[in-house]
Amino acid sequence: MASFKPTKIQVYPKLGEKVTQDTLYWKNYKAPVQIKEFGAITSIDFSPVAPHNFAVTAFTRIHIYGPFSQEPVKTLTRFKDTAYCGRFRSDGQLLVAGCEDSVVRLFDVSGKAALRMFRGHTKAVHVTDFTSDRYQILTGSDDYTCRLWDIPNATELNSYREHTDYVRCGVTSKLNRDLFITGSYDHTLKLFDARADKSVMTMDHGQPVESLLLYPSEGLLVSAGGRHVKVWDLLKGGQPLVSMKNHHKTVTCLCLSSNGQRLLSASLDRHVKVYNTTNYKVVHNFDYAASILSLALAPNDESIVAGMTNSILSIKHRKSPEESAEVSGQQRRTPSYRVFVKGKNYAPKQDDYLVSKPVKQHLAKYDKQLRTFNVSNSLDTALATWTRLRKPEITVAVIKELDRRGTLKNALAGRDEQWLARLLNFLIGNLVDPRFAAVLAPAAEMILDVYRRVVGQSPLVDRQLLRLQELLEREIDYQQDLLEVLGMLDTLFASSLPRLEVDLS
Amino acid sequence: MVEHGDIRVVHRGGSKINSREPVVTNDSRFLLCASGERVKVFSTSTEECVHDLRGHTDLVTGVLLRPTNHLQVYSCSVDGTVRLWDFTDGILIKVQLDYCSVCVTCSWLMFDIVCMCVCAELFQLVAVHLPQSGDQLVEAQELSAVLSNVSSNPAATGFGRGVRAPPLRSPNAPPGAITYPKTDSPHLLTTQRKGGKNTLMCIACHPKDDCIATGHEDGKIRLWRNFNHKKEYTYTTLHWHHNAVSSLRFTPEGTNLLSGGLESVLVQWRYNQESERDFLPRLGSAITHIAVSPDGTLFCTSHSDNKITIIQSCVKVSAVIQGLVNGESVRTDLMVDPRSKSLVLNGKPGHLQFYSLQRDKLLYNLDIVQQEYIHELGLQQFEVVKVAFDAPGNWMATVEERKPKAAEPEINLKLWAFDEQTQSFVLNTTVSAPHEAQITSMCFSQAADGQTSMLVSASEDGHFKAWQLPRSAYEGPSWSCDFVGDYRGLAPQCCCFSADGSLLAVSFQEVVTVWSPASWELLTTLSQPPKAIRDLCFGRLGCSKYLMGTTASNLLCCWNLLTCSLEWSTSMDVSLLLSDPLTENMAAFCCQAESTDLFVFKPSEPRPVASLKAVCSGKVTRAVFAPREEMLESCEESSQWLNRSQLYFLTQHMLFIDDSVAMTPFYLLLGKHRKQENQDSLTRLSAELMPLPRGSLAIKELLQSPAHVLPSTSVLCSMFVESLLVSVADGSEESKHAEEEMESEKEEEDSEGEMESRTPRPEPASPGLQSAESAAPALTKAQLKELRRVKKLDHGWLADLLLS
Repeated sequence: MASFKPTKIQVYPKLGEKVTQDTLYWKNYKAPVQIKEFGAITSIDFSPVAPHNFAVTAFTRIHIYGPFSQEPVKTLTRFKDTAYCGRFRSDGQLLVAGCEDSVVRLFDVSGKAALRMFRGHTKAVHVTDFTSDRYQILTGSDDYTCRLWDIPNATELNSYREHTDYVRCGVTSKLNRDLFITGSYDHTLKLFDARADKSVMTMDHGQPVESLLLYPSEGLLVSAGGRHVKVWDLLKGGQPLVSMKNHHKTVTCLCLSSNGQRLLSASLDRHVKVYNTTNYKVVHNFDYAASILSLALAPNDESIVAGMTNSILSIKHRKSPEESAEVSGQQRRTPSYRVFVKGKNYAPKQDDYLVSKPVKQHLAKYDKQLRTFNVSNSLDTALATWTRLRKPEITVAVIKELDRRGTLKNALAGRDEQWLARLLNFLIGNLVDPRFAAVLAPAAEMILDVYRRVVGQSPLVDRQLLRLQELLEREIDYQQDLLEVLGMLDTLFASSLPRLEVDLS
Repeated sequence: MVEHGDIRVVHRGGSKINSREPVVTNDSRFLLCASGERVKVFSTSTEECVHDLRGHTDLVTGVLLRPTNHLQVYSCSVDGTVRLWDFTDGILIKVQLDYCSVCVTCSWLMFDIVCMCVCAELFQLVAVHLPQSGDQLVEAQELSAVLSNVSSNPAATGFGRGVRAPPLRSPNAPPGAITYPKTDSPHLLTTQRKGGKNTLMCIACHPKDDCIATGHEDGKIRLWRNFNHKKEYTYTTLHWHHNAVSSLRFTPEGTNLLSGGLESVLVQWRYNQESERDFLPRLGSAITHIAVSPDGTLFCTSHSDNKITIIQSCVKVSAVIQGLVNGESVRTDLMVDPRSKSLVLNGKPGHLQFYSLQRDKLLYNLDIVQQEYIHELGLQQFEVVKVAFDAPGNWMATVEERKPKAAEPEINLKLWAFDEQTQSFVLNTTVSAPHEAQITSMCFSQAADGQTSMLVSASEDGHFKAWQLPRSAYEGPSWSCDFVGDYRGLAPQCCCFSADGSLLAVSFQEVVTVWSPASWELLTTLSQPPKAIRDLCFGRLGCSKYLMGTTASNLLCCWNLLTCSLEWSTSMDVSLLLSDPLTENMAAFCCQAESTDLFVFKPSEPRPVASLKAVCSGKVTRAVFAPREEMLESCEESSQWLNRSQLYFLTQHMLFIDDSVAMTPFYLLLGKHRKQENQDSLTRLSAELMPLPRGSLAIKELLQSPAHVLPSTSVLCSMFVESLLVSVADGSEESKHAEEEMESEKEEEDSEGEMESRTPRPEPASPGLQSAESAAPALTKAQLKELRRVKKLDHGWLADLLLS
C-alpha cells in the first residue's frame, strides 16, 4: 500500500551569478571604510614591511595610513603642487614621490622634510620607483624622458629620450637592478637596461599606456591602456600573449593578488575585474561609486584599497574567520545536539526484540487537504499571505496539481469578492514571471470563464481585472520587442558564420 | 544420424493473472489463478509461484476448488475441456471433454456441475453435469440450458445459497434487469430507471440471507431483499463509489460486503449496518476482482495492472503478486537494463517496470512521475514515453509526457543515477520542458571509456539537444544542456550514436546529418530521397563504418561513412531495424501481407545471415536484443547470430482478437543450434506429429492414468514391452522410434524451459519409415502432451527399456 505522494514543489534555479570559490573569496570582505581626501587619488602603495602601512597620494599630499587606522599615521605635505606616485623602498624606510613642479622628492618615512630633491626634469613627474639595489631611483616625466638617479649623491645617472609622448607608468625589476620598463602615451612599452644607452625591447600596446605590472617571476608583463589589458611574454622577446577587453572605459590600474593567481584591473568605468591568470577569464567583479584611479591589495589580500576621482579612498578589510562564521551562526538557537541523539544511538543487545515504529509521514497542510480531496481548502491554504508572498512557487505548484487533477475549476468557483481580489492580486504579481506563466495563464483564463457573468458587479474586482489587462498588453508589447531583437541577432549571427565551401568535384 | 537445426518463436510468459478472479484454498496457503493457458499456484505468504498447472491448450477461463475435496481444483478453458488438478502436487487428475466445439468464454463451476456461458451468437448459461467415473478422460453428455441471453461479463452472474438446486442470478442483456431462476422459471427484477446510468456491473449473493447485492455503473450498490415473494422485493441503496462498481463479494459468514472499483479503494460494508464502512485505500490501481478465502481471513483483490494483492482481514496488505503490466500500449521502446539484464518498458501509469526475462517475474516498478495518481476516468495522466540507458547502466534517462486538453503538452526529462547502495535508480536531474514539442528520439553516447556521458534528445520542435554532466565541481553533478542543433528548420526523427561515440547521426526527414559530438560540427549529410528516414542504426564492431537506415519508401540503405556514399540499398518494407549491441548483426523486421519476416544480416555482407519467413502474424512493433547470461558455442552459420543474445519482439494487437481474451504479446525467438541438414522444417513438423501405435490398450492405460496411481514400474515395464511386441512386424522398431521421439520431445520441452538446448536430436533417416509413420493416424495434441507429462514424471523405466 503506497503512501500519499506529496505535491512536488518545483525547485527553480537561482537566477544571477553562480556562486564560485572566487565569489566566496572576494565577497568575504567587510563593508568598506571611506575616507575623504583632498583631491583625486592617483596612487596607493603598500609598504613591503610589516605592519604594511600604505601611502596614498592625493593632490598635494601623501598620507600614510596604518593597516587598521582610519586616520593617517603620517602626512607628507612638502609639495608645491600636485604630488604623484608615492612609492616605498623595499625596506619600507624611504618614500619617493614625483610632483607637478618637476621635482622628485625623497622622504624618510619617519621624518617630515624631504631628504633629497632631484631636479632635472622639465615637466611634471608621474613615475617614480626604486630599483632593486635600493640606491637608485627611476623617474618618468611628461617631458618624454625617463631618468635614473643616484640617491646618495642626488645626481642624475642616465637619461633616456626614446618615448615620444608623456611617460605615465613604469616598473622596475625586483630581480635585476638594471632592468626597468616604462610605458608612455605614445602607445609603446620600452624595456631598458641601465648598462646600455638604449632600450632593449619595444612593445606596441596600441593605446596610451596607463599602468604596468610585472609578474613575480618577471617573465610576463601586464600593461593597461585604453580599454585593453594586455599580457606580454618578455622571455619570448615581448610577444603579446593575451589581450583582454572587459572594461568599457580606460583601465587605470593593475594589481596582482598575493598568491599571483588572480589579476585585478580597475577602470574609469567604476569596476574592478578579477581575472584568473591561467585562462584570463573574469571570475569576479567589484563595483565602486566613482571612477577608480588607483587600486592596491595588502599582502595576503588582507584589504583592498581603491582611490577614486571623487577623492574618496575606499578600504575594504578582510573578514576574520570568526566573523565570517558568525554570519551563518546568526540563525535562531536550535536545540542542543543531545536532544536529537536521545535514544537514537542505543545499540540493541543481542536478545533484544526490535519493535519497529511506523514512520510518520509529515505532510504540509495543503497536502493533507489534497489527500482528502478538499480542493477549495487546499487552494485557500496555498494562497495564505505568507506563502503567497514569500513562496509563490508553492502556490503555483498547488494550482498546477489542482489542474492536473482536473479540479481547478471547482476550487476557483464560488468565491467571494475579497478572495477573488486576493487571487487576482497574486496573478498580477506573478503572471508574467516566465517560471510561472505556463501554469498561471490557464488558471487566469479559467477565472475569467467562471466569473464572466458577474463582471461589473464589484468595483474591486473590476479594477484588478483592468490592471491585469494592462499588464498583459504591456507584456505582449515587450515580447514583440524581444522577438524583433532576436530576429536582428539571428541576422548578425548568420552573417558572422564562416561559409563552408562546398567542394563540388 | 541426421541432425536438425532450426530457430523457433516461443511464447515467453508475461500472461495476465488478473483476467479471472483468483481462488484461495481452504487452508489459505495457496492462491490459484488463471494465467493464459496455465493455472498458477502461488503461495500466499511468500508470493512465489509454487506450481504451474499446464495442460490447457487455450485460455483458462475459470478456476474453482472442488467442494468435495479441498485439495483438488477444477479449471475450464476456451479449448472446451474441464480439468481436475491436484494443486499441492501439481498433477493433472482428470480431463473432462465438453464436446461443444463452440467457444466457452467464461465458466463457473459449482459443486460437480459446470455452468458455463457458451457463445454461439449470444451468451447462454448452460449447466453441465460432470459424470462421475473413474476414467481419466470423460465426455460430459448432460447439458441443460439454464438461461439464455446473459451478459458476457462474468462478474454479472452470481450464485446464491442452497444445496440441491442453487438459484442462479444473472443480469439479462437489457441493462438493469436481474433474472433469477427458482425452481422452474426465471423471474425478472427490473431496476431500470429513466435516464439513470445504472447499468448493472456486478452481482453478489448473500451466503445465508435472501439478499442480492448489485453494483451499478453510477457507483451505487443496491441490496435487494424479499425477491422470493412475488414482485414485492425491496431494495436499499449504498453509495460511496464515484465510478462504476466493478466487483462485489460477501464474506463467507455474510457479515460484510466488499466492494471495489476504479478508485482502487477496498470498501468493507457491514451487513445490516450499512452506514458503517471501512476503507483500505491506495491499493495501486483499479480493482477488477475480489476473492475471499473460505475461512474469511484473507481477501484477494485483482487489479487492472496485472496484480493480485493479498489482504489480511481488511487491514494490512500482506503480499503482492505482480505480473507483467500490460498498459494501453508500449510507448517506450523495449529496453534491456545493462545491469540487471531485465527488460524495461512502461507499465503502470507513470512507472517503469523492470521485468526479469529469465524468471518471468516482475523485479520492480520504478516510480518515474512521483505524483499522486488520481483514479478518475478521462483524466490526462503523465505517461512515460521514452527511456534510455547508457552502456554501463549507470545512467537512465526518461521522458514523461502529459497532454492536457487545449493546452501545451507538459514534458519532463529526468536523469537517474544508479545507486550502488540501494541497487536502484535515484533521481538526479529533472528538466521540465526540455523541448517545446514531443520528443521523438533519445539516445546515450556509447563512449567506451565511461568517463563522459552524453544524452541526445531530438524533438518535433526542430531541434536536437545534447545534455551533458558538467565536470566542474562548483555546480554539483547535475545535467545541463550542452548544445542545441538544428538543420534547415526540419524536425529531427531519430538519432543514433556510433559505436565509439565519435559520430552522431540525426535524421531530418529524408536527410541524415552526421555530427561530431566533440566539436558539434556538421560533418556531412547523407540522403536518399524521396521519403523520410524511418530508422537509423550504426553498425557495430567490424561494421562500425556503416550506417544503416530505412526510409518510408521501403528502402533499406547502407551508407559507408568513410566514403560518405551509399554502399548498397535494397527495396524492402522494413518496419523495424535494430542492431545487436554485442555482435555485428542487425535484424530487420519486414512486414508483408499480414505476416512478418525477419532478416538478420551483417552490413558488410550482401547475403543475410539468417532469414525467417512468417515469424509471426501481424506487424512487429517493438523488438530488442537481450544479451544471454552465458554465451553459446555454436558453429553453424544459421544460428550463430543468436549465440550471444536473444531477440525479443512485441507484435501489434490484432484486431480480431477479443480484448477480454488478450493474448500476451511476448514471444521469444529462440535459437537452437543443431546441424542444418537438407531436411527443412516441414519434415520436422511432420515428425513432431508422428503418432504412436494407438491400438495398444496398455499404452493407453498407461498414458491416461495419473502417475501416482500407476502400479510399480517393474510391473508396468513388462506389460509395456509385451504390448509392443504384439504389434506389427516393424512395431518394435517403430516404437523404438517413438521412444526416441518422446525423448526428443522431452528434451525440447526442457529446452523451452531453459531456452536453449545443446544435445543433438536424433531424426529418422529412412524415407520408407517416414511414409509408414505418416500413414498412421494422428494423435491429438492433448494426448501428446499427456504423453510427455507421464514421460516426464518417471522415465527411468523407459530408459531401461530403451537400453534393453
